[in-house]
Amino acid sequence: MDVELRIQRFDPETDQAPHWQSFTVPVEPMDRVLDVLTRAKEQFDGSITFRRSCAHGVCGSDALMINGRNRLACKLRVEQLGRTITVAPLPGLPVVKDLVVDMEGFFGKYRSVMPFLVAAEPEGSGERLQSAEQREVYDDTTKCILCAACTTSCPSFWAEPEYVGPAAIVNAHRFIFDSRDEAAHERLEILADEDGVWRCRTTFNCVEACPRGINITKAILEVSAAVGAR
Amino acid sequence: MSSGIRTQATSIDVDAIVVGAGGAGLWAALELAREGVPTAVLTKLYPTRSHTGAAQGGVCAALGNVEEDHWEWHMFDTIKGGDYLADQDAAEVLAREAIPAVIELERMGLPFNRTPDGKIDQRRFGGHTRNFGEGPVRRSCYAADRTGHMILQTLYQQCIKAGVKFYDEYHVVDLVFEGGNADQGGRCSGVVGYKIADGTLHVLRAKAVLLATGGYGRAWRVTSNAHSLTGDGMSLAWRRGVPLMDMEFYQFHPTGIVGIGILLSEAARGEGGYLINDEGKRFMETYAPKLMELAPRDMVSRAMYQEIRAGRGIGGKDYVYLDVRHLGRKVIEEKLPDITDFARVYQGVEPISEPVPVQPTAHYAMGGVPTNLETEVLASAGGSVVPGLFAAGEVACVSVHGANRLGTNSLVDLLVFGKRAGKRMAAICKSTALPRGTTGAEGAVRDEMLALSTRPTGVRPAEIRRALAAVMMDNVGVYRDEALLSAAIAEIGRLKEEYTRVRVEDTGSVFNTDLLEARELGYLLDTAEATAVSARARKESRGAHSREDFPDRDDAKFLAHTMIWRGSDGAPAEKIDYKPVVITKFEPKPRIY
Repeated sequence: MDVELRIQRFDPETDQAPHWQSFTVPVEPMDRVLDVLTRAKEQFDGSITFRRSCAHGVCGSDALMINGRNRLACKLRVEQLGRTITVAPLPGLPVVKDLVVDMEGFFGKYRSVMPFLVAAEPEGSGERLQSAEQREVYDDTTKCILCAACTTSCPSFWAEPEYVGPAAIVNAHRFIFDSRDEAAHERLEILADEDGVWRCRTTFNCVEACPRGINITKAILEVSAAVGAR
Repeated sequence: MSSGIRTQATSIDVDAIVVGAGGAGLWAALELAREGVPTAVLTKLYPTRSHTGAAQGGVCAALGNVEEDHWEWHMFDTIKGGDYLADQDAAEVLAREAIPAVIELERMGLPFNRTPDGKIDQRRFGGHTRNFGEGPVRRSCYAADRTGHMILQTLYQQCIKAGVKFYDEYHVVDLVFEGGNADQGGRCSGVVGYKIADGTLHVLRAKAVLLATGGYGRAWRVTSNAHSLTGDGMSLAWRRGVPLMDMEFYQFHPTGIVGIGILLSEAARGEGGYLINDEGKRFMETYAPKLMELAPRDMVSRAMYQEIRAGRGIGGKDYVYLDVRHLGRKVIEEKLPDITDFARVYQGVEPISEPVPVQPTAHYAMGGVPTNLETEVLASAGGSVVPGLFAAGEVACVSVHGANRLGTNSLVDLLVFGKRAGKRMAAICKSTALPRGTTGAEGAVRDEMLALSTRPTGVRPAEIRRALAAVMMDNVGVYRDEALLSAAIAEIGRLKEEYTRVRVEDTGSVFNTDLLEARELGYLLDTAEATAVSARARKESRGAHSREDFPDRDDAKFLAHTMIWRGSDGAPAEKIDYKPVVITKFEPKPRIY
């Protein structure tokens, strides 16, 4: 069968503003949106531009707004979408070209929350001990692949681009609740800022957008509670 | 309007350059940062997109946390698994240093699964045994089935903490040499990087350059590899006169998703999953009665092909079943969550209640850029070193994997040798001066890229890529013979000729992926050629290289590493030499599991 693939196009060297372009692309039901984009690039127009790498949902390169929702193009089958597939870049980030957005600001916010273990070197030459229960507390937030689907689905982020955003809070959570870490207080101070956790309005868009199934709102609420209790 | 690249070029001086930001590159960068060496890490992706993140099952180290284990056993398994082609001094380093490397990762914060007493938990994995082959051992340290993801995240986090300087989305398009190329005794003095965001070329000068660019699975049609795995580092080195080693040894992983190759981790079998044929039989009984489904990957992939050829594929088709139903929902969802998700999303199959169709998928290069134990790149079979050039991880061939890599040893390799690379490079940087540098070092590659993007007519890269992937899958796969390989070499020659007329449609300077894919296709053609020519020259069967016209291992003639050099000016690769295997503790024996 064929689908109509509508792509938001923008070439900063020639275009004043983004515009839409449609292609009729032959597909198989088990094809993913990434397959359809690739086919369009290979067969119709080599200048169609998007990021991709692993093609199975673990690298986070191809988060896009597909039929109005942020998702990974490599994890979404065409049979889930009907005959028209509309693909736009993630909202709220500057567009570099076609479906490629500038990720620098996103990664900058990630780096701002001290996303690394801070702990004194343990004695001896062995590993630190951690119980399965202690590990379970932060297991969910270790799954994040930094695809930005959550942050760019958040109305608070659209309204206030300085908001640190769900992805950065998820990565702060991963360390704040790790029994081995010793810098929770510093991270909570960072997130207590006016552009920190309080901007969350629990609209749950992030939870719906997350391709890794992380319960992001729950993580944000746990961080908020810890900020409040500090 | 421009033509894919901007003519301006900038120059940057550092002490060390790391090309690629997967596990090997990141650990090297971390060591360099700890030593205070000014370092630039260039990656054509963002670091967290690297394919280390796709590794699922675990990382083996003889910690002995859940049952008795010793590094000597791990060393033996690695050598036997590699069909005695691994250099045994290298395998010893791998097995010994795996232990402190895994402990250090835990200390960096990696969230390993835990034993009831809070230590790093361990599980079984293919080819890893107790007491020199007696039976499976629990050696693989893991974080659910996203161990690679956690390694990549943890190392990147530590690099952020250490203030490592990253050049994200810079595609390295050439190595800079002084005093001639590697085969002329020259020294590597830097790289040319192409900034994807704006099409500018940047010459980076350094005392030490590390290739950590991964493999080239995209040369095959069905592969577990990311789109970005196009053999960049191997090809760039080959073009500069560095030989490639053991390229005929390419691993097909048994359990890929049918048709698209996405991997279902060996962890599924490590946790107790079965492989069954159309008769419902666990066919590995016939091929490896002791280890069954946990035999090494080359043997399991061949067994699957044999079953399919005998008409015992499911419904007579070209796949068998991976069955985990008997493990129960709890084990499947807690220990194998990602691969359960893959089966659901990409096949529409529910592993809790249905068997999952699988077939072998192109997975891992045992061969690559030859190095010594200090990760210094070799220029010859005699062991002479290319000054200034290093390699670690899948791009490199130390050789620790020999003719077939054991599960999890790719992660062990990149941890142990990534760390060694950083340490060795730091020492070199402290004792040598910055090379003089070459004006106009970007000239040659600029001309090549301009030619690609200003040709008015020609073939689309995708057409050549598709033809290459097909012939590699059909002729340079699990089983090979003289006729298949000769036909493949002829076809690759034809495609190389066609590539001289390849045309890029996108003529812009900003984020020109069309141009980069065309460039990557050139790397794939190089690595495919090296693979097929090396395979034809090896007239024996060993590990992953299985010749139907030479079904036996031939230690008298081929207990040696193949080294192959690139032909000049597009001529076919012909120059081959053989490097002796280092044997220390274990004399080669027949390989029975």
